[in-house]
Amino acid sequence: MTRTRTDWLAHIVLGLGVILFAFPVWLIFAGATQDAGAINRGDLSLLPRLSHLGIFLSVLRHGAADSKIPVWHMLMISALMALGIAIGKIVISFISAYAVVFFRFPFRRIAFWTIFITLMLPVEVRIIPTYAVMANFGMINSFAGLTVPLIASATATLLFRQVFIAIPDELVEAARMDGAGPIRFLRDILVPVSAANIAALFVILFVYGWNQYLWPLLVATDPRLDTIVIGIVQLIDTGSILTPWNTMMAMSLLAIIPPVVVVVAMQRWFVKGLTEVEK
Amino acid sequence: MASLELRGLAKSFGAQTVLERIDLTLGDGEMVVIVGASGCGKSTLLRLVAGLEHPSAGAVILDGRDVTGRDPAERDIAMVFQNYALYPHMSVFENMAYGLRIRRLPRAEIRKRVDEAAAMLGLEALLSRKPRALSGGQRQRVAMGRAIVREPKLFLFDEPLSNLDAKLRVQMRAEIRRLQRRFGITSLYVTHDQVEAMTLGDRLVVMRAGRAAQVATPMEVFAHPADTYVAGFIGAPAMNFLPARLGAGGGAALPASGPAIPFADGRRPGPEGRGLILGIRPEHVLLDAGGMAFAVDLVEPLGSETLLHGRLADGTGLVVKMAGVAPSGELLRVTLPSAELHVFDAESGRRLAPENAGTGPLAGLVATG
Amino acid sequence: MERRTIFGGWFLPAALVLPQLLVTILFFLLPAGEAIYQSLTATDAFGLHTRFVGWANFAALFADPTYLATLLRTAIFCALVTLLALALALVLAVFADREIRGRAIYRTLLIWPYAVAPAVSAVLWVFVMHPQVGILGRLLNRAGLHWDYTLNPIQAMGLVIVASAWTQVSYNFVFFLAGLQSISPAVIEAARMDGARGFHRFRTIIFPLLMPTTFFLLIVNLVYAAFETFGTIMALTRGGPGQATETLVVKVYRDGVVNLDLSGSAAQSVVLMLLVIALTALQFRFLDRRTN
Repeated sequence: MTRTRTDWLAHIVLGLGVILFAFPVWLIFAGATQDAGAINRGDLSLLPRLSHLGIFLSVLRHGAADSKIPVWHMLMISALMALGIAIGKIVISFISAYAVVFFRFPFRRIAFWTIFITLMLPVEVRIIPTYAVMANFGMINSFAGLTVPLIASATATLLFRQVFIAIPDELVEAARMDGAGPIRFLRDILVPVSAANIAALFVILFVYGWNQYLWPLLVATDPRLDTIVIGIVQLIDTGSILTPWNTMMAMSLLAIIPPVVVVVAMQRWFVKGLTEVEK
Repeated sequence: MASLELRGLAKSFGAQTVLERIDLTLGDGEMVVIVGASGCGKSTLLRLVAGLEHPSAGAVILDGRDVTGRDPAERDIAMVFQNYALYPHMSVFENMAYGLRIRRLPRAEIRKRVDEAAAMLGLEALLSRKPRALSGGQRQRVAMGRAIVREPKLFLFDEPLSNLDAKLRVQMRAEIRRLQRRFGITSLYVTHDQVEAMTLGDRLVVMRAGRAAQVATPMEVFAHPADTYVAGFIGAPAMNFLPARLGAGGGAALPASGPAIPFADGRRPGPEGRGLILGIRPEHVLLDAGGMAFAVDLVEPLGSETLLHGRLADGTGLVVKMAGVAPSGELLRVTLPSAELHVFDAESGRRLAPENAGTGPLAGLVATG
Repeated sequence: MERRTIFGGWFLPAALVLPQLLVTILFFLLPAGEAIYQSLTATDAFGLHTRFVGWANFAALFADPTYLATLLRTAIFCALVTLLALALALVLAVFADREIRGRAIYRTLLIWPYAVAPAVSAVLWVFVMHPQVGILGRLLNRAGLHWDYTLNPIQAMGLVIVASAWTQVSYNFVFFLAGLQSISPAVIEAARMDGARGFHRFRTIIFPLLMPTTFFLLIVNLVYAAFETFGTIMALTRGGPGQATETLVVKVYRDGVVNLDLSGSAAQSVVLMLLVIALTALQFRFLDRRTN
């Protein structure tokens, strides 16, 4: 269907949608460059003061007003946590799915259903008991404590399972005839074939890991383990007149950039991955 | 019941011209088949008539009314799609009733029309089923039923049989023809299959690269193709083409192999030595002990007939279709009878008419350079 | 749904599946079991004696008017967030599916918000809606509307609903768009030939064919609204004013972590667990039926 007239309605609706999402982000960009006191009085404007772009740098180096943790440190923790979760989840789901699909071993079914159950237990449902378990292991306030409990995921395993089941028999047989054992097959054939799915999952899991709030909140009391998300919410909570609004805004913008970059850069795989995981 | 007129219809997508000026008139109740290879623009033409695309130039006039700018909904046209395009979430009955409901026909009338169409197409037992529970042939009939109940001014068919297996295709072909004749609804049918074209059309439009190469009845297109493209497209196995030159006086052709062949229907214009392409259908080549040499390199027995593939003395390929079993031996002799000869100009590929010819066989030919 | 070609042996697969099993058992099943155990017991004030009390904790829970209020509040919250997020995403997807110039750019610009953490998006909304500081918030106050969501429970709820929905629209958008693109264009054209136009076509053809996607998103959104909005709510209102924006998850956190009522919050966790299981089971039943 081709139209020679421009579809004004579509542009208006979509334009409004774009503004709805871009507006708050533009606001914090502009606000970060303005004076905290002025903002407090209610003078937040949509126009950035380009002379004050240095605030982003200073926030990175020195952190927000009262906390002594520089923002780059928090960003690093977030990045490591997100990467740890993404890579960890991908690796253990991949090999689990491989084991469950390509082998027959005793208790295979039980293993599969055990893993499957985790689909129904999001973190928020088991927060306190999980915390207790972690305390028993002495993992509170540790980096491992931040990442490990979030690593087991049924969705990634299910996705890989679907992909593996669909691999044509001929491919496996050809590999066996060429002398490839199970490990070689995994490394040389399965991984390349699943590359697109892995990429898509990476995007989803990285964002998931970066955006965690409840779990890091519980597990990390040492401020040196604060993720950027924790850091931002902490600032908001203080709510006093001395709240450094502009640094908060700068922090928020910095917090958004890495995951957004990941999503936009890998958009195609991301979309493909999202709409395939849930089929 | 309506007439359809296409005036100067053209379509370009950006810099690419898909359809050049097409002029065509369909009489009331006529079934015209648009046939051509993929990419020739036939589907585009159909979609322009349907209103699914807007033409870059030209007009579509249906039943005396200019519908060129109008939405499909306003044209009162029904279309049968190549992949049937049935509504997957509706039953067969609802699929057929949908268009009528939109037109706010009374329930009783809808019921009546759907039941009648279903009876005609053998779908009575399937009315409550969903499309995914139907076979290809059944889906095709539902698609037809959906078009029939509308009782529109025009039927459009977009290669409706190409997804069916061969046997079903033959069956459905006949049914479509019977139904169209029975209702007498003006129809435009698009296909790439020349057999469908020959059997279904009252007239054919042979299309090539966005232009109509010939518009004529099937027998006319078969017996007097307008150019080498049409000649090679219609008829299977395809017509043989041999290079030749015009003899002195224009009364005969001098092929590269074999003796001169006199023209049975008159002299051809042009200087002696003018380049020609001679066309002869495989079934018209005669095995003749006194004819020219023909070296056979492949024999295809078809049971009641045989196809012989080979070469003439000058290396030109030739296909011969003969009744019965082929004589053994690699070297045979053949003659090309004058009466079955087609003469084309070597440069343009267009049919070269005898000097005293009227406008008969060339009617509807689009004049191009 | 099984492979024909497989490898032999059992040691390797067991070793491969072990890491995930370990984490699952340690951090999923054990805690879940612990939660169930705790929900069925009561501990005295000093944490010295634990005794089995059966359904008592649950009975207390459902007799508690605050809990029931929270239950109702959560239901309304989830319904509204889901409705808003789905409706907005559907409208945007329908228009983003049309053939217009800049289609790809619009799509990218509507997908990136997926990357924003729910907690951070709440912070963004503070900057927009805060009564003093927020650019729209103070505008509303200047216009005489008495906007203060830290005091007004209805405004708090409204804001939390909008902020939560805002974060979820991108996700829904991606799925709706994919769903729309999976509808065969020939079916749409057939509908046009049959005379269906604009909204009628959407209502009778497109929307019914989007049902599987819609149903799937419905469940996902409900689960999201029930659980993943914790960060959003905490950042915006901390569950306040009073209990105005306290959903079930927030209550579990408050009772368990803040008030240290272990048995009560364990019982609440179990209720949440059952809710998720029911919703997920529903989703898989539906998926199963569709693939047949």
